[in-house]
Amino acid sequence: MSKLLLQDLSVTFQRRRGGVVAAVESLNLTVREKEFVCIVGPSGCGKSTLLRVIAGLVRPATGEVFLDGQLVSEPSADRGMVFQSYTLFPWLTVQGNVEFGPRLRDVPDAERAAAARRYIDLVGLRGFEQSYPKELSGGMMQRAAIARSLANDPEILLMDEPFGALDAQTRALMQELLLAVWEQTHKTVLFVTHDIEEAILLGDRVYIMTSRPGRIKEEVAITLPRPRTVQAVDTEMFIKLRRQINQSIREESLKVLA
Amino acid sequence: MKERAPAQRAVSPAPREGQSRGRGAFGLQDALRPHEPIGRSAYLGGVSTTPVLIILSWSLLTYGGLVPPLFLPSPTDVIRAAVALLREGSLQIHTLASLTVIVTGWALAVLIAVPLGILMGTLKLVEALVEPVVTFVRYLPVSALIPLLILYIGIGPAEKVAVVFIGTFFQLVLLVADVSANVSKDLLDSAYTLGAKRRTVFSRVLLPATLPGVMDNLRITMGWAWTYLVVAELVAADRGLGYMILDSMRGLFTDRIFVGLFTIGLLGLLFDQFFKRLHRVMLPWSPRV
Repeated sequence: MSKLLLQDLSVTFQRRRGGVVAAVESLNLTVREKEFVCIVGPSGCGKSTLLRVIAGLVRPATGEVFLDGQLVSEPSADRGMVFQSYTLFPWLTVQGNVEFGPRLRDVPDAERAAAARRYIDLVGLRGFEQSYPKELSGGMMQRAAIARSLANDPEILLMDEPFGALDAQTRALMQELLLAVWEQTHKTVLFVTHDIEEAILLGDRVYIMTSRPGRIKEEVAITLPRPRTVQAVDTEMFIKLRRQINQSIREESLKVLA
Repeated sequence: MKERAPAQRAVSPAPREGQSRGRGAFGLQDALRPHEPIGRSAYLGGVSTTPVLIILSWSLLTYGGLVPPLFLPSPTDVIRAAVALLREGSLQIHTLASLTVIVTGWALAVLIAVPLGILMGTLKLVEALVEPVVTFVRYLPVSALIPLLILYIGIGPAEKVAVVFIGTFFQLVLLVADVSANVSKDLLDSAYTLGAKRRTVFSRVLLPATLPGVMDNLRITMGWAWTYLVVAELVAADRGLGYMILDSMRGLFTDRIFVGLFTIGLLGLLFDQFFKRLHRVMLPWSPRV
């Protein structure tokens, strides 16, 4: 059974001077339990909007989102989200940030602290528990943000280009870290990116979106063996997949230019 | 992970190009480079230079007999006047009167303006209800309202409190609204996805997120409040530093006028330092600390 199901989803935005823009149009998509699914697409194709709809932050014009068979209508702790921008609460320490969700649910102190410790360790931030976000680098802030989402134990983790603002070296390290974290937790993940290599490296499946209005153009199964490391990018299978997805996205990007 | 935290970087900065070259010319080359930090002793040197220069030229003008004491009393005259005013006890009375009024009026304004401003910056409905009126009143100089306030309330401390309140309130509402409107939407959204409900987002995210900006604006509006207060005291009062200044002018006690001015300036400096320290102590996480 599918963990997450999007049925015939359309999202529109009101233009300021009247008129309506379609961001996403009759889109169908499923994510299975414990699956890591990536969505790639040209910039402006509505992939971030799609995640916001799933999170309950944006209302769709038509269509439905189901999580575990339940209709989704507003944000809730069962759909955790990691944003591209830095969203740690600056007035809380790393530990305070990671405990934010559990605190809202009145999780007992000891249990909360144990969960915080576990996930702070998992993302390699031991020793920084009492640091404020302003004392952290961009990569460290995103790691703390991932720990914050995981400590809340969501049913699915939505990731909106979480490494998009990081430099190339840090991004590679973060991808490796995320692979390791996923091996430990096997969370269901829906990951949006414009980086094709990132999508192949991380995902079990990759959905390719069309240019605006976004729909699913193609679905590619990534059969690279797990556990994966960044070394996977040199394998023949990886290169073949990259070529295939690249070609598909190129067609879409050209449509925008034409 | 191999990336380093910025905090670690700050501890051992990479040697900057031209640093040793700068030392040669008394460090002046460093000091004139835009946004470049300078040493503590150099900074303190700068801090003391300007007042010393001012006092020197003041002394030159007065002791040198270049300006008659009626217009500019000498430093000794001013100190003597200050001692006399302190002995009489009138400086204390006037200072206390002014302080009571300014703190009361300002605090009342803060109490209402901060929550209202946060709501106005966050909820479009509140903005629509409040902004037009606030903007209109904000452009009225408070001094223009003083006659009306005297008519309504009289010339006692209550009228001064009202002047300070009105002067501070309408400015502060807009400043705080701006601060809360600039809280990143992603910050609120991430709270929602962590399970926060609307009300929790207000109390646990929006409120703390506005604190550094609000704190800055408290400091700034306190400075403005002094202007409103003194204007009110100059128009009609029977005590307060503004009244003391006006009263001294009537007797041509220029030295006492200067005592009043110095007192106001010193109090302003103290308030400023107080707010800066408060910011550091209460909001150690603030990016501005």
